[in-house]
Amino acid sequence: MQSDQLVQLLSPEGQRVDHPDYVSSLSGDDIFGMFRDMVIVRRLCDEATSLQRQGQLALWAPSQGQEGAQIGAGWALRPDDFAFPSYREHGVAWCRGVPPADQLRLFRAVSNGGWDPYAYNYALPTIVLADQMLHAVGYGMGMQRDKADAAVITFFGDGASSQGDALESFVWASSFNVPVVFFCQNNQFGISTPSSTQFRVPLARRADGFGFPGIRVDGNDPLAVYEVTKQALERARSGGGPTLIEAYTYRMGAHTTSDDPTRYRIDAEVELWKHRDPIERVKALLTHEFAMHRPAVEAVEQEADRLARQLRDDVLAMHAPDALTMFDNVYADPHPLIDEGRLDVTELGLGGGSA
Amino acid sequence: MTETMTMAKALTEGLRQAMTENPKVMMMGEDIGKLGGVFRITDGLQAAFGEDRVVDTPLSESAIIGTAVGLAIRGYRTICEIQFDGFVYPAFDQIVSQVAKMRKRSEGAYTMGIVIRLPFQGGIGAIEHHSESPETYFAHTPGLRVVSCATPHDAYWMIQQAAKSNDPIIFCEPKSRYWEKGEVDLHEPGLSLSDAAVRREGTDVTLVGYGSSVKTMLRAADAAASEGRSLEVIDLRSIAPLDIATVEASVKKTGRLVVVQETPHLASVGSEIVSEIHRRCFYELQAPALIVSGYHVPYPISRLEDVYRPSVDRILDGVDRTYAYDA
Repeated sequence: MQSDQLVQLLSPEGQRVDHPDYVSSLSGDDIFGMFRDMVIVRRLCDEATSLQRQGQLALWAPSQGQEGAQIGAGWALRPDDFAFPSYREHGVAWCRGVPPADQLRLFRAVSNGGWDPYAYNYALPTIVLADQMLHAVGYGMGMQRDKADAAVITFFGDGASSQGDALESFVWASSFNVPVVFFCQNNQFGISTPSSTQFRVPLARRADGFGFPGIRVDGNDPLAVYEVTKQALERARSGGGPTLIEAYTYRMGAHTTSDDPTRYRIDAEVELWKHRDPIERVKALLTHEFAMHRPAVEAVEQEADRLARQLRDDVLAMHAPDALTMFDNVYADPHPLIDEGRLDVTELGLGGGSA
Repeated sequence: MTETMTMAKALTEGLRQAMTENPKVMMMGEDIGKLGGVFRITDGLQAAFGEDRVVDTPLSESAIIGTAVGLAIRGYRTICEIQFDGFVYPAFDQIVSQVAKMRKRSEGAYTMGIVIRLPFQGGIGAIEHHSESPETYFAHTPGLRVVSCATPHDAYWMIQQAAKSNDPIIFCEPKSRYWEKGEVDLHEPGLSLSDAAVRREGTDVTLVGYGSSVKTMLRAADAAASEGRSLEVIDLRSIAPLDIATVEASVKKTGRLVVVQETPHLASVGSEIVSEIHRRCFYELQAPALIVSGYHVPYPISRLEDVYRPSVDRILDGVDRTYAYDA
């Protein structure tokens, strides 16, 4: 039986915590790097929310509060590893090098994707819950056949854990010993549905029934998330098979900009989680253990502001493409109905430069 | 050089060719390895190509397709076997939301080299869920191509063409014809994957169908010939897209059209063809185009399937009805 205890290496107050199985291997510079990444990702997320409120984005799915889980996991990945996200992993995308503006192409409604997945070994967002978990398993089966020294990781939420595809992906990964890490950000709500409706015992326990390890980690502790994820990826790369990681965290904001969380959760709960903020605890550690001073923090904040301004400029410069692009890349080979549609839009003067 | 073989054998040999030519081609499905599939279409292929390339999977259709998507992203081409038509629905989401849309979503970065083999249609006296015709669901979905073989020759070549396609293919196999023999030309494929074939030339009425209906239509044409009516028979081969030009040329010659299909009529391949032909051949038609189809009921108990499936008699009745409009 696996432990329900959360792996934690850093307390909410920023104090080191000893753990029998995990020791933080990160240097002061590394931890500062994670701090920088979390501050930037949160700032960019705030900018995206503003852009949506100003009518510049169709929608935004904020990630505030989940930066610890996402940056911790993102740092654990190697370049040759491949990640399959859901749609809220802005921090992982940042770690993989996806330009922030490209992440917003989907939400600006100028693309259904946004970037070349092969350029970053980072797949496109998957909106239908848990579908990407099977893609990750299949990709990992390909890695096995290529004898690659790499692993695949897939991100999903507590809500997605109830989907059949999630459970089928566990079965397949186990049966074929696929080099995959299942990374659940249990942010405790699927829109309004509490995780208590998705599972009655901690999610990580499910792994036991499928025959691989399940680990619960404090998702707001990026040091712990990094070590747990790194170990699981290493296990996968060396033929040890899948691992389920349940990163226990909290969605500080709304599900999306269309959501109103005040209808289904209480302020006290949100206040409680503010004290567990991943950025604040790392900042506290850096301050008392590595003598980080105010100028260093201000420099990161200024960099984040600069990137946010750049993001805003980039987003405002994205315009609807020509209507004829609708017909591109539906098929690889010629198709009569695609030709027919192109002709119709052109003749109606709705695209092709004739509008 | 031609060889006589059953459609089942032709599929096996076509699959063997596809696997031999490209080491990135894999097969996944339930019971396809040691057993050779419930219809033995993959018989001997796991022994020939190994368990890594011919994969006996857990019994989860959604995962067969979902993992094929991941393999495609990694550069593999998976030919998936769905054991029976009625078991494809658990995979519907992966097919429609992922397989069909990945190329578009990725702006061309992802190629979905996926073939989904689907033994379809009835006529084998099976119990529920083993005789359905779900092709319309997939034909309706942009991003997918849907084809059906009706002869051993086409089975041999079309499965190889499908395995090479950069678009995902729903490959419908008329299971009631698996054990019928025909000539296979092992050197000349003939038509491309998207062409219809005129199986029998005629002058009075055009019959159009696919899969198991092709043989039935040919029998109907034989019977009509003995009564002095000349029926042209078209095997669609491709359901999506439709080779409507071949149908159009035929109807412009005959002036009459009967579409034959096992699937119910509402929003079907037949209704699409009738709509297109009325638009394209309005002045040449001697009578409204008709559809002889399955009825709007769940596929019936097999003791009644011969009433449900278009028979020679029902097709000839449809032909007669196109003459009822003569002045």
